[in-house]
Amino acid sequence: MQMVGQTSPSVSSVHVVCHNIEIKMIEFEKIILTEIPNLHKIDIYEQYGGYTALRKALGMTPDAVIDEVKKSNLRGRGGACFPAGLKWSFMPKQSAKPKYLCANGDESEPGTFKDRQIFELNPHVFIEGALIEAFAIGAQMVYVYIRGEYKKWIDLLQVAIDDAYEKGYIGQNILGSGFSTDMQVYRGAGAYICGEESSLMNSIEGGRGYPRVKPPFPAQSGMWGCPTTVNNIETISNVPAIMNRGWEWYSKIGAPKHPGPLLYGISGHVNKPAVLELPTGVLLTDLIYDYCGGVKNGKNIKAVIPGGSSTMWLRGEELEGVRMDADSLKIVGTSIGTAGVIVMDEDTDVIKVLTRIAHFYHHESCGQCTPCREGTGWMEKILKRFLAGEGTMQDIDLLLDVANNIEGNTICALGDAAAWPVQSVIKKFRGEFEKRAKKSPTVSQYVKPPHLVETMLNV
Amino acid sequence: MLSEENLKKVEKLKPRFQTTQALTLPVLWMIQQQHGWISSEAMLYVAQLLNVPVSHVYGVVTFYTMYNQKPVGKYHLQVCTNVSCMLNGGEELRDHVCERLGVKLGETTSDSRFTVTEVECLGSCGTAPMMQVNDDYFENISLEQVDELLEKLS
Repeated sequence: MQMVGQTSPSVSSVHVVCHNIEIKMIEFEKIILTEIPNLHKIDIYEQYGGYTALRKALGMTPDAVIDEVKKSNLRGRGGACFPAGLKWSFMPKQSAKPKYLCANGDESEPGTFKDRQIFELNPHVFIEGALIEAFAIGAQMVYVYIRGEYKKWIDLLQVAIDDAYEKGYIGQNILGSGFSTDMQVYRGAGAYICGEESSLMNSIEGGRGYPRVKPPFPAQSGMWGCPTTVNNIETISNVPAIMNRGWEWYSKIGAPKHPGPLLYGISGHVNKPAVLELPTGVLLTDLIYDYCGGVKNGKNIKAVIPGGSSTMWLRGEELEGVRMDADSLKIVGTSIGTAGVIVMDEDTDVIKVLTRIAHFYHHESCGQCTPCREGTGWMEKILKRFLAGEGTMQDIDLLLDVANNIEGNTICALGDAAAWPVQSVIKKFRGEFEKRAKKSPTVSQYVKPPHLVETMLNV
Repeated sequence: MLSEENLKKVEKLKPRFQTTQALTLPVLWMIQQQHGWISSEAMLYVAQLLNVPVSHVYGVVTFYTMYNQKPVGKYHLQVCTNVSCMLNGGEELRDHVCERLGVKLGETTSDSRFTVTEVECLGSCGTAPMMQVNDDYFENISLEQVDELLEKLS
């Protein structure tokens, strides 16, 4: 047992596990969760070349910085995999209004636990990346939004920010370049939806975390109607290495269309759950068996969630040859998400797990859009019927129908995130539902409700 | 309702945001840190302090799960039962804590020491099962260790 909240910034067990594993990958140099001890201290960070990327960027034009990131093909690590450089280029060059950068450290997707490692082990790589980005897009303020539960990590990051202020890396006229920006941590208060970029902005504005209708996109109208860019903490943490080593070096790491190092979080029924920094495109089976010591008690795998709770499931027998990058996972009908891999062994009750996920989305729906607000509750209710042995064969199709009617019909992607696991589990484990369905259904026959017009014609 | 120190912090934060409304969440955190929960009087106070409608403050308090709308025990035990924790015994941990303290989820012990709630994923999937006690994470925790911990805290 660790008393994490009461210790000094020490290395957590997750990281220790990372270190004990013999890295099979050849010639891969970690850039975020490196092996350097005490890297969270600014002196050590500087000693190992910290803040040189910022110096370099400040000597370039903002457009040249954006161009470098664009060419590196760095893609967002929050789940959507949107090209970061392209996102930055959407920011207006001239603006009468102030511009903002929001760093998204909400990290609430079940199965995801990577950003806390950055705050704990290498906060300055994030701060440096954020400053480079602020310079590139002309942001006068960087808001770092972190989930409320991460009090310990908020405090750790604050120490790093204070140190960076003291050294003149943040504030007025940074390193004599004439560029000024500030950095402010904003603590969330327990809402999964605030990881969605527009909810995040509403939350920083001090309101309920409701997603906004897009367009307008944040680059046109973000915080208080001003141009804003929102990026994931991990995405931003990749920037210093790109500036230091150049886009060509970076774009050659891992999968060509989705390059770079990626923080994989592996949890569930594995012997050594961990956050691992590896290139994109690693084999899923290598992650589970080589890096995480295989499945507990030597069991077989029944299912894997590859990128956090909202991604489509894979069956155990589908894992062979699957690589962990955006395009490879798209081919097998799922997505990389936040690279939060959850492994379930052969004895797992998939309906029980799915019910837990459905409960989560029901709980976290903000309630703005009817399909999501009502539909997530209906899905949970139907799934609970199966758990209680009260589900019927018709319920399987009803469940699918509800999921299909949520997908694509909501303001933000939470609706889709709630629908996808349900759709994929029904598709891949329909037999489990059929086995659980009641033999003598309560409703023996599906009665089509009369259409209003038909009813009127009959009268 | 806010201490002198916190009022100074509020003044320092103001220039960092375009509106005072943006301080709603930080000020509510300060209130909760001082008083343990957010009362109706506190909401009225925050509204006046930031010059925003009380309805707005109420809307915020009720939207975010971490703001306590009623008093909680000295130790707020928050057990995660989301997928990774569930696969590693999170539900057993939840039931064990409730049984040992003789309370149901959401309830506080009669001596006001402990409140138990079930929470959604706390980003501790690799160190499941886990429980948050006030601001501190207790990860990779076994039932025996929970007993020891509760013993220590009672």
